[in-house]
Amino acid sequence: MLAPETLEEITAAVKAANRYGEPLRIFGSDSKAFYGRGVVGTPLSLRNLSGVIAYEPTELVVTVRAGTRIGDLEALLASKSQMLACEPPHLGNDATIGGMIGTGLAGPRRPYAGGVRDSVLGIRCIVAAGSLLRFGGQVMKNVAGFDISRLMVGTLGTLGIIVEASLKVLPRPRAEITLCQEVQAARAIELMNAWARKPLPLSAAAYDGVAVYARLTGSAASVASACAEIGGHEADSRFWEDLREQRLSYFLDGRPVWRVSAPPAAAPLALAGEWFFDWGGAHRWLKSEADPEDIKHAAVGCGGHAVLFRGGDQEGEPFPRPPPALLSVYQRIKKAFDPNGILNPGRLLPEL
Amino acid sequence: MDLSTELRRLLPREAVIADPASLSVYECDALSAYRQPPKVVVLPRTAEEVRAILRLCHRLRVPVVARGAGTGLSGGALPHAEGVLLSLTRLNRILSIDPANRTATVEPGVRNIQIACTIGGNVAENSGGVHCLKYGLTLNNLLALTVMTIEGERLELGSQTLDAPGYDLLALMTGSEGLLGIVTSVTVELLPRPQAAQVLLAAFKRVEDAGNGVAAVIAAGIIPAGLEMMDRLAIEAAEDFVHAGYPLDAEAILLCEIDGHPAEIEAELPRVAEVLKAQGATEVRVARDESERQRFWTGRKAAFPALGRIAPDYYCMDGTIPRRHLGAVLARIGALSQEFGLAVANVFHAGDGNLHPLILYDANAPGQLERAEAFGGKILEVCVEAGGTITGEHGVGVEKLNQMCVQFTAEELEQFHAVKRAFDPDGLLNPGKAIPTLRRCAEFGALHVHAGKLPFPELERF
Repeated sequence: MLAPETLEEITAAVKAANRYGEPLRIFGSDSKAFYGRGVVGTPLSLRNLSGVIAYEPTELVVTVRAGTRIGDLEALLASKSQMLACEPPHLGNDATIGGMIGTGLAGPRRPYAGGVRDSVLGIRCIVAAGSLLRFGGQVMKNVAGFDISRLMVGTLGTLGIIVEASLKVLPRPRAEITLCQEVQAARAIELMNAWARKPLPLSAAAYDGVAVYARLTGSAASVASACAEIGGHEADSRFWEDLREQRLSYFLDGRPVWRVSAPPAAAPLALAGEWFFDWGGAHRWLKSEADPEDIKHAAVGCGGHAVLFRGGDQEGEPFPRPPPALLSVYQRIKKAFDPNGILNPGRLLPEL
Repeated sequence: MDLSTELRRLLPREAVIADPASLSVYECDALSAYRQPPKVVVLPRTAEEVRAILRLCHRLRVPVVARGAGTGLSGGALPHAEGVLLSLTRLNRILSIDPANRTATVEPGVRNIQIACTIGGNVAENSGGVHCLKYGLTLNNLLALTVMTIEGERLELGSQTLDAPGYDLLALMTGSEGLLGIVTSVTVELLPRPQAAQVLLAAFKRVEDAGNGVAAVIAAGIIPAGLEMMDRLAIEAAEDFVHAGYPLDAEAILLCEIDGHPAEIEAELPRVAEVLKAQGATEVRVARDESERQRFWTGRKAAFPALGRIAPDYYCMDGTIPRRHLGAVLARIGALSQEFGLAVANVFHAGDGNLHPLILYDANAPGQLERAEAFGGKILEVCVEAGGTITGEHGVGVEKLNQMCVQFTAEELEQFHAVKRAFDPDGLLNPGKAIPTLRRCAEFGALHVHAGKLPFPELERF
């Protein structure tokens, strides 16, 4: 396994791989190795390319090397009363920032504070030819050139090796409270959407099959006033971290877990299995052994899509198949970054 | 058969314009220093008409330049002499509003209510504005786009939900200045209106103090809904024009808007005032009522036309820098103003470091336009040296092609060209815009080295 410590070593490895057309399996700590299709290739971990390059709290920007652990960065930000707005799941103690960007997975705060893509201001990456490229930057507004830094989010390492990222951070809220109330699933969807239509300081909303949870975040005054409006009783706020890290009992059995993305107000889907709603209804976990085609079909039917997140047949097609015209554009983009197909080939789709 | 005849077979008669007098209406956008009438203008009403136009242009290898309201400030909609100017203003229907899911789907020609520009233009430039520190840029508020490729293939990018599978082409398309595809519908996320908003005005004796005040507000953990700065020349022009009640003895003022719950505003405003006083604010005024709040903003919003009254022409720049360098960069712009012999006023989105220096000049005075452009180019290079970017929200267009060579390496520019070819291998969509050729950079670079020293040796290079 390669675990380079310098950009020069990575460049050399990539150039060699590209010359001989030998695929690389690019990862950080493999905390999310279950996500996406397997890659056959020389393992190349970014875990040793770590550390904070610049952190200027007044700029609300931090620049880190890709192998920096999410946990280490969050601790640094917390020491200055700041945070990553997208609340990324770690799913492992050593999860890295490069992996956060590569998977594009965001936590419960996503609908209210933006996703991973919204946190990315700039990246440096090494493409298959071995060149080190910088896109975006360290400022909030930047429209020079195509937005390749945000394109990289969620590409699972198939377009380039992210070696450095500048991320937007936010001040930590001064007051926070979690409320919950027992309701049926359909009522939970109604409530979460009704809250989102009002100017409430909502920072998370979820339904675990029994009760609907709301997290309110902001100034003491606005949180207090919103509590009165939402009602319910106070719950342990560690619920959100347990949800984000999939430590709740819901996640602890062996059935395949699907991630169904849906318009937030869509009525609960009639599929066999157990549901858990996050993101105010826009992101729904489904633990089910139903036919994958039925699940994908139902998700598309409500205006969303389904991804086989963990378990089941990951070697099939865990991600939805794009329409032919779109797939053709994906393939041409892949060629523009990685003409010989050496960067995590097949992890996202067999063709990429 | 000639181009306009072919186009008339696809479109109603009045939707194809080819007579010289009518074409001249379209010869420029809001960057009027660049003018070029197109070969023909088309005004489709439907996405299917757009598709047919693109297929024809693809078959005939004719360049296509898309245009919304023509309010762009970087020449992005400058026509091509041999090409079709594709006006999207008649695609102006609101297709659906979904209150339950809080989304709206509109055609690109729908106008943004506050300002004259179209939604399609906002997508093409990834526009910002005064509220993006808190609420994000266009991209952060988009869910989906329908795009026609130059081959006439329809692509659905993004989704009606918060994420989409596959490559994030929604992000790539946003801000791509019409080089990758033609947007035919846009789905945006709708937010609840904040319950209340209040604005505070702070006056400073030194521009640097105002710049430091901006950084200090953010450092205090406050994210204002707007944080705008004006310097003396802008204050005087605005005051003279709309009588906003600005202090005339200040070198700079900041306008800081806080929105949200009334109790939150009441708690935050005194904190903002305290922070700004600690940075040397000589006066801090909270608008007494809604009419005073509106008046404070009227001055800011009227600043550009107000400056238009004191000089025959102005040239608006758009660099973004890290906030901590505001004071130093503004001082540097002041020095350049002396050097070039042209006055400059600063009115800008200080909260996100997005500068809008307005260079005042007279296009009828020989040599002034060229000097204004050279001055502007220098300002953008200073922004890059300070770790920033040449454009925060107006786009590169034709205007900033040379400065792209300063901000990006040859390999990075080549990667942009490779992405462009992935969508448009023949280079028919808005050719010659946004991304300079390496040849152009080589020519500009040669000039550039002659110009001498880096403008900002003391700053770290990004």
